[in-house]
Amino acid sequence: MGEKYKTGLLGWIDARFPLSKMWNEHLAEYYAPKNFNFWYYFGSLALLVLVIQILTGIWLTMNYKPDAALAFNSVEYIMRDVNWGWLIRYMHSTGASFFFIVVYLHMFRGLMYGSFKKPRELIWIFGMIIYVCLMAEAFMGYLLPWGQMSYWGAQVIISLFGAIPGIGDALALWIRGDYVISDATLNRFFAFHVIAVPIILLAMVVLHILALHEVGSNNPDGVEIKKNKGADGKPVDGIPFHPYYSVKDIVGVIVFLIFFSIVIFFMPEMGGWFLEKDNFVPADPLKTPEHIVPLWYFTPFYAVLRAVPDKFLGVVAMGGAIVVLFFLPWLDRSPVKSIRYRGMVYKVALGIFVVSFIALGYLGTQPATPVLTNFARLFSLLYFGFFVSLLFMHKFEKTKPVPDRVTSK
Amino acid sequence: MKNRILALIMMVLPAPLLAAGGGVHIDHANIDPTNTQSLQRGARLFVNYCLSCHSAALMRYERIGKDLGIDERLVAENLMFTGGKVGDLMTVATAPDDAKEWFGTVPPDLSVIARSRGVDWLYTYMRSFYRDDSRIIGVNNLTFPDVGMPHVMWELQGWQEPVITTVKDHDGTERKVVKLELVEPGTLTPKEYDRTIRDLVNFLDYIGEPAKYERRSLGVKVIMFLLVFLVVAYLMKKDFWKDVH
Repeated sequence: MGEKYKTGLLGWIDARFPLSKMWNEHLAEYYAPKNFNFWYYFGSLALLVLVIQILTGIWLTMNYKPDAALAFNSVEYIMRDVNWGWLIRYMHSTGASFFFIVVYLHMFRGLMYGSFKKPRELIWIFGMIIYVCLMAEAFMGYLLPWGQMSYWGAQVIISLFGAIPGIGDALALWIRGDYVISDATLNRFFAFHVIAVPIILLAMVVLHILALHEVGSNNPDGVEIKKNKGADGKPVDGIPFHPYYSVKDIVGVIVFLIFFSIVIFFMPEMGGWFLEKDNFVPADPLKTPEHIVPLWYFTPFYAVLRAVPDKFLGVVAMGGAIVVLFFLPWLDRSPVKSIRYRGMVYKVALGIFVVSFIALGYLGTQPATPVLTNFARLFSLLYFGFFVSLLFMHKFEKTKPVPDRVTSK
Repeated sequence: MKNRILALIMMVLPAPLLAAGGGVHIDHANIDPTNTQSLQRGARLFVNYCLSCHSAALMRYERIGKDLGIDERLVAENLMFTGGKVGDLMTVATAPDDAKEWFGTVPPDLSVIARSRGVDWLYTYMRSFYRDDSRIIGVNNLTFPDVGMPHVMWELQGWQEPVITTVKDHDGTERKVVKLELVEPGTLTPKEYDRTIRDLVNFLDYIGEPAKYERRSLGVKVIMFLLVFLVVAYLMKKDFWKDVH
């Protein structure tokens, strides 16, 4: 392709900047396995939601006021007096939840097909950093509307840092910039939410994709397509990302947008799951809401936190539930990547892991009654048990032979 | 064991469904956001009965006129009693300190009250005032016990008093049920009063999210476009992929 553009504007640019080279390396001549299935839509969809969040975020910033006295009203001002403000705001609030839906499915895909395994450990690590950034974005962004749940949710989560022995209280004070959540906290969270974290997030996304394109994409069979190259030096089972996957992903994008639109236009609160009722009451430092519940994407970790009787150890367990994911490439020692050729034991373990994660997510939304707390303990043990089991699984797991080429189904 | 089964059942139920309980019976408001006349009546009730103590400070008079088809001049004459411009926000003149002295608390702003409380709760609350001589204001509320708000619409509804009856559940346990009975009729019949409150709640729901109607009608168009686009995109994908085996 590159040869025919030696003249004209593109030729002029190419002599000074690797535009055609980059286009080819990452799109037109990036060979992706031809057997991607349903689960492979969520990577490009995550990128789409990121763009939606950044664009709607910029426009929200034009009218939002990061000031404890003005914040709540400025959000309602956007909802009422700003042209299309309601649409931009709902896209952003719905986008936050959809981001997590898409990312959770994307990560599950990785677990199923062993996409985190050698040689893709760094892709997984960068992805995990993106996930942590996303959680920071969501947490700090949720403070900005300055409703009751914004305020008390932040109060609870930041007070967790106070559980760290010795430096805890000083650390919590340093994060808040005050003894309670206040205007100072709102201002700094705004700075982190709109500038600091998005910059890291974008950089990590670039690294995630660069690392992916260096080693090439995994696929539902867990076969390395680069091992089978044709006479032209191109993978026999690969097809250029553009136009094959660009046109395929457009279909995925539209299906995604249909679901996205159903929520935005017909159920923006999603029955209290995406926008909580209590957050339509302005923050009141003197009035604690009856149930302080984080938004659904945090509740699995919140349930782990509450399952541990000791506050500090609870914080450690909650942090551990996230940190342990970083080590996944080294915990799982099976030589087989895809679940298609792994033993029954991995399928069952992964199933239990997913059920535990969803159950913890549910339990995190409920009041911590003794019965439910015991359930949370059980599922927390199963959650961590998955990672422990991986350490020993390869010794007795009966894997099936992996084919040399990708299969068509 | 029974508890565990119960917990398992609770696990499959969505959380907001359970949270809606809490003992007090909540009636269904059954509002119709497309009924402009109901919204207009609600607006009138709101400015007459609510706006002297409660503000709706995130809402502009002008917007109500535009959305509910009321002429600007009529808005000024019928909805604005203290002058000002139609572009003004629906604030209230009562000083917060005075309100605190009179009611024990500052009456909350009602702009988004329908979004935090829900329309069903508001509908029930406005119909649950009863005479209670043990309180200084002489009135209490079944839905919101010991609320600071007096029964502003008593002339319309009249006065209710609580009647306590004991009912037996099907498993034999006895349970006390408090019901309100009208002891002194107002200018409206109970049915008319219910309709009046429905209009008012409909209006509160509208000011909670003035863009709701626009949102839904735009949504239909957006999704129809996406469905057409989906067919085109799918055919394009199929065409590109026909040489991949």
